[in-house]
Amino acid sequence: MIWVNVLIQGILVGGFYALFACGLSLMFGVMKVINLAHGDVAVVAGYTAVFLAPQLHIAEVWSFVVVVPIFAVAGYVIQRTLIQKSIDRDPFTTLLVTFGLSVVIENLLLEIYSANGQSVNIGSLIGDSIHVSNVIYISYISLTVLITAIVVLGALQLFLSKTGTGRLIRAVADDREAAQLSGANYRHIFGIAAAIAFATVALAGIAYGMMTEIAPTSGGINLLYAFESVVIGGIGSLWGTLVGGVLLGIAQQVGAQINPEYQVLAGNLLFLIILGVRPHGLFGKKTAFS
Amino acid sequence: MTSGAESSVSTHESLFEVRDLSVFHGQLCAVDHVSFSVGRGEVLAMIGANGAGKSTLLRTIAGLHEAANGTIVFGGSDVSTLAPHRRVALGISLVPEGRRLFSTMTLEENLQVGAHFAKKGPFSIDKIYQLFEWMPDRRRQRVGLFSGGEQQAVAIGRALVTNPQLLLLDELSLGLAPIVIERIYALIPEIVSQGVGVLLVEQDVTQAMAVADRVHCLLEGKTSLVGTPAQLTPQQIERAYFGSDLSGTSPHGGAA
Amino acid sequence: MSTEMAPLATLGSVKVRRSTHSPLLNLIGLAIVVGLLSAAPWIVSQSLASILMNFFILVTMATMWNLLAGYAGMVSIGQQAFVGLGAYATLYFAIKGMNPFVAIPLAALVCGAIAFPVTYLLFRLRGGYFSIATWVIADTALLVIGTIAFFGGGTGHLLPGLSNLGPRALTDAEYLATWIVAFCAILGTYLLLRSRLGLVLASMRDNEVASRSSGARVTSARRMVFVVAAAGCGAAGAVLAISQPFVQPNSVFSLQWAAEMIFVTMIGGLGTIEGPIVGSIIFFVLQQSLQQQGAWYLIIFGTVAMVVAIWQPRGLWGAFRAKFHVELLPVGHWVREAKPEQ
Repeated sequence: MIWVNVLIQGILVGGFYALFACGLSLMFGVMKVINLAHGDVAVVAGYTAVFLAPQLHIAEVWSFVVVVPIFAVAGYVIQRTLIQKSIDRDPFTTLLVTFGLSVVIENLLLEIYSANGQSVNIGSLIGDSIHVSNVIYISYISLTVLITAIVVLGALQLFLSKTGTGRLIRAVADDREAAQLSGANYRHIFGIAAAIAFATVALAGIAYGMMTEIAPTSGGINLLYAFESVVIGGIGSLWGTLVGGVLLGIAQQVGAQINPEYQVLAGNLLFLIILGVRPHGLFGKKTAFS
Repeated sequence: MTSGAESSVSTHESLFEVRDLSVFHGQLCAVDHVSFSVGRGEVLAMIGANGAGKSTLLRTIAGLHEAANGTIVFGGSDVSTLAPHRRVALGISLVPEGRRLFSTMTLEENLQVGAHFAKKGPFSIDKIYQLFEWMPDRRRQRVGLFSGGEQQAVAIGRALVTNPQLLLLDELSLGLAPIVIERIYALIPEIVSQGVGVLLVEQDVTQAMAVADRVHCLLEGKTSLVGTPAQLTPQQIERAYFGSDLSGTSPHGGAA
Repeated sequence: MSTEMAPLATLGSVKVRRSTHSPLLNLIGLAIVVGLLSAAPWIVSQSLASILMNFFILVTMATMWNLLAGYAGMVSIGQQAFVGLGAYATLYFAIKGMNPFVAIPLAALVCGAIAFPVTYLLFRLRGGYFSIATWVIADTALLVIGTIAFFGGGTGHLLPGLSNLGPRALTDAEYLATWIVAFCAILGTYLLLRSRLGLVLASMRDNEVASRSSGARVTSARRMVFVVAAAGCGAAGAVLAISQPFVQPNSVFSLQWAAEMIFVTMIGGLGTIEGPIVGSIIFFVLQQSLQQQGAWYLIIFGTVAMVVAIWQPRGLWGAFRAKFHVELLPVGHWVREAKPEQ
């Protein structure tokens, strides 16, 4: 029965990883950009939520309503300025610039907040969970996050398949020049993709703050998990990212069950194995490879 | 050097003009001081050997490549510095070499992308489905799996659906069987009848001559011959195309 | 380093040279610098010598990173894996009774040996995915070492074998060790790039598509470079362990090393040997002046690095070199028209 709990906890955290990772996957799919500051954006969103909520006299748990749109706009702006300039240089520069951005953000947060953690207060929901049995607990917040992840991913998938803008995004991802020739302003499309990425990761960051404490360096470790989820599930597939996240979560929980020290290691090992055996992931298209 | 200088100017209503255009590929001059015009409902064929600069010329007109000097005038205004998507909005549409379809998307989605920014005009997606009768049945299929001719048709459809006033066609016949090429070219009169000007680039001279109102030949980036199909002899074209004909005379007269 | 004054080849009206000015002048200047640095413990203050030690460690890491990214096109954000592994290899040998200084080259070899099979995994990825994968490797190394009780787990372990030397002799030995490591790293990189391997790398840099089509040769060149860079970082880790000398996972495997080596190289000049050195000098000057301000030096440095990457990607040395046509450690070739013989 303990292993059933392990499975369930793995699935729950997998939902969070998928939510965190879908923006990363999107940005890479559309612009071939890996935003190494992706995780740090989530952390900044978490801190922003905690900061803004009292200013706007809203409960912290609803802060995402304000924060997510702000980050969508921020994503668009940062993409059209900093990241686009880097892309115009070469992919190399983009990596280096986003890496630099990540280090700068983390150290700025450290200066402002020091290494202390910060939590997003969700009131009575913290700690409450459904007791399925003696060993199986499903915390309300984790379940909510999983459901949110599924909803967001589903909405995103629908957006990409059924709407005009979604089609444009897919067209630009497929062949940027041909999309330009069909009338698409690719820089604007890039901006939209970045806006979506920042919005989803901001949501994930707030969710993170609800589940545990955010620290200035939390961004890094979550970026790692996000990246591993994308690779395990397959680059280029949104639902693959969900599957990847879940598998990563399960691997980590299994590792933790054997020895708490092995939690992250187990996830890394799964990642390395997939990389060795099936590099394009479970559902992936071979876009990260030449 | 060029014959029929009067024929370098269109008899159709003015639509599009290129003046003294030069384009470089790094240090290589791909297009060298080229001028011509295309009128409404007119077909201008740009012919020349591989590497003569024709595709570069089309890409520059579409906005994907920057010109070193010269101007591109469309509908009376200078579009030389506009981004590609702005030129599409004005009414210039390029069917690029190699089709360049969105291979992960379906036929219908490819057309829908084109239609997204479409101006008002005769070419709707339904109209495309009328032009190509086989399309409606296969609209939900991924275009990556289509044959060369089918892909070419989709590419043309995607460009038409933006309702252009100037349609640029780059090497339509490349990689296609003769009968397929004929079918594709049979569309041009239909397109032109709607008042669309067509600038087509072709290595296949026969096909180009059959459909063009005027012909413009490029040799190593420079204009080597201009005229209507009726005016030009095969020998003239040969000379202009290759730089000399089988008997060794160059387009400039005298031995090569 | 060759000291010939004659051009390498004269092809009709074109000459091919290694450098734009006298290599002899170069050699003399460099010999002076090398001499001064070797004698430093006896001519400068202890604190300056100590700063120089950290400088050498950074220069070593940055030179290796530059080799990877600037010459072989591999952006690694996980070199700290080998810094850490080098430190722990040294710790291992020291615990087993070896003199830690003797262990330095061994640690480098161990890191190179570990890097070799890792490339078979890593090279399946390109671009940003390659980069993050290097980070996963570093993270994994950190975690694995952290579970090993022999090394003291997460708390760390003191490096044994350093107490036989008196304190003054010890610091002198530490200084010389870091200086020798840095010197070897730079010299080694210089020689590598002037070799045939260097030509392969230069061709890769100039044209990725063409070089990809020559397949196996390119892959083995990249593999070789990755192994060398790992060994270099391993050596840096070894001297780091000796200078600390408490070896702790979070310190030797820290992402901070990656940040420093990357920023320093970007600002100094990617793709030039002098670049990492120039960048490191600037870094230490900045760090010394901003020492009281906590992490601000890193924030400022990171911001400058980003700005440089976008607006002046050749870095400071690259721009200087382009303007004044000066090269201290030439590895490229200049083609000039020969003056007509009188």
